[in-house]
Amino acid sequence: MPDLDGFGWLLIDGLKLTLFVAIASMAGALVFGLLAAIGKLFAPRPARILIDTYTTFVRGVPELVLLLIIYYGVPTLVQNVSRDLGVPITLSINPFVAGIGTLTLIYAAFACEVYRAAYAAVPVGQREAAYALGLSRAVTFRKVELPQMMRYALPGLGNVWMVVVKATALISIIQLPELMRNADIAARSTRQPFTFFFAACLLYLAITAISMWGQGRLERWAARGTTESRA
Amino acid sequence: MMDFVVENLPRFLGGAWLTIQLAAISCGLGFLLAVPIALARLSRNEVLRGVATSYIFFFRGTPLLAQLFLIYYGSGQFRPALDAVGLWTFFRDPWFCAILSLTLNSAAYASEILRGAIQAIPKGEIEAAEALGLTRLLRLRLIVLPRALRIGWPAYSNEVVYQIQATSLVSIITVLEITGVARTVGSRDFTFFEAFGLAAVLYLILVYGFLYVSRRIEMRLNRHLGTSGPGLATGGLR
Repeated sequence: MPDLDGFGWLLIDGLKLTLFVAIASMAGALVFGLLAAIGKLFAPRPARILIDTYTTFVRGVPELVLLLIIYYGVPTLVQNVSRDLGVPITLSINPFVAGIGTLTLIYAAFACEVYRAAYAAVPVGQREAAYALGLSRAVTFRKVELPQMMRYALPGLGNVWMVVVKATALISIIQLPELMRNADIAARSTRQPFTFFFAACLLYLAITAISMWGQGRLERWAARGTTESRA
Repeated sequence: MMDFVVENLPRFLGGAWLTIQLAAISCGLGFLLAVPIALARLSRNEVLRGVATSYIFFFRGTPLLAQLFLIYYGSGQFRPALDAVGLWTFFRDPWFCAILSLTLNSAAYASEILRGAIQAIPKGEIEAAEALGLTRLLRLRLIVLPRALRIGWPAYSNEVVYQIQATSLVSIITVLEITGVARTVGSRDFTFFEAFGLAAVLYLILVYGFLYVSRRIEMRLNRHLGTSGPGLATGGLR
């Protein structure tokens, strides 16, 4: 990496934070997405409706707007309501928490849909065979369906990861010093915006390229012992 | 809340109209650009294929926000050169930069959908067109593109949904579409929750309204099949 007038390290620092935020949000999305998918598949009707409403809302509103609602909207709402009630509270949310929280909230909804489609892709015979062997519903899900589901879910989840990485750029809007924000600072200080935004783009591309390679390996690992069908 | 809506609705509707314009223009131009890119990606010519592949990799692998900044702020670094060829008036204008980056971005995603759809056309149909003696251009216009449009439509309508949402980013370079209006109104009266909440509702209406229309179009495209027809499953994420 060239020195870039001494600002190269600022970009590297930003890259580290970008990766951290992306990994934390992805981990959140994987866990909450799975919980939401299990809820959609097995929970009683009211809970299902609630989860459906959540995925419909989150998938229909731009990420930026959700981030702004959480970072600016919620604190002002709390302050206004508490002031009207006569017990004023001052609330502000850390950009770091707001960023990871928003991305988790959004991409858990997408992961949920991926898991659900993957569940549907597991042949029914597998479940029936497990029941015939006397396995309970929960054990069947955990030991028979979930492992197979994961293989079908991997391409979709890989896709979610790529989108999460790019979505971290939005958190620069609420001043989190990740890659885009630091590139912006460097661009303003040096008056070389194209150089720094292009350098930032190359770093995102590096993450994408490494992720694509990793995803290929992971998919091959998950498909071990199976034969690939050829169209 | 009700007072807020009544007072600010006209401004928000103005923003919504701008959102629709941005999405429609960038999707339209993006699609026109996507056709040659998809064909280049499928071409036997290695140079053409390489250029198309790099274009798609760059625009799909970097955040739209970075592309927007690269074009809007980045062009300033080349101001003398752009001035000399008379292009600076364009690059100085946030609306133009918004359209340009949204279009280039959309073209990259649309061309991959189009490529997948073209590859999914049964080979026999194209061979039949060849056997009938249709020229390359006629084959493309009469067989390949209409067929690809039918196959790729569900995936493409997802892409349009993302494009509607992606327009929110241009509020950052001072274009007053829905999110831009919400930011202005919210910071004026410190009513962020109401402003962004109303913005969210407007996006929901636009997105699910478009999806409703898109389903109708899909049924129309496939009416000869008697069902809604086979679509290219995408999992709903770009």
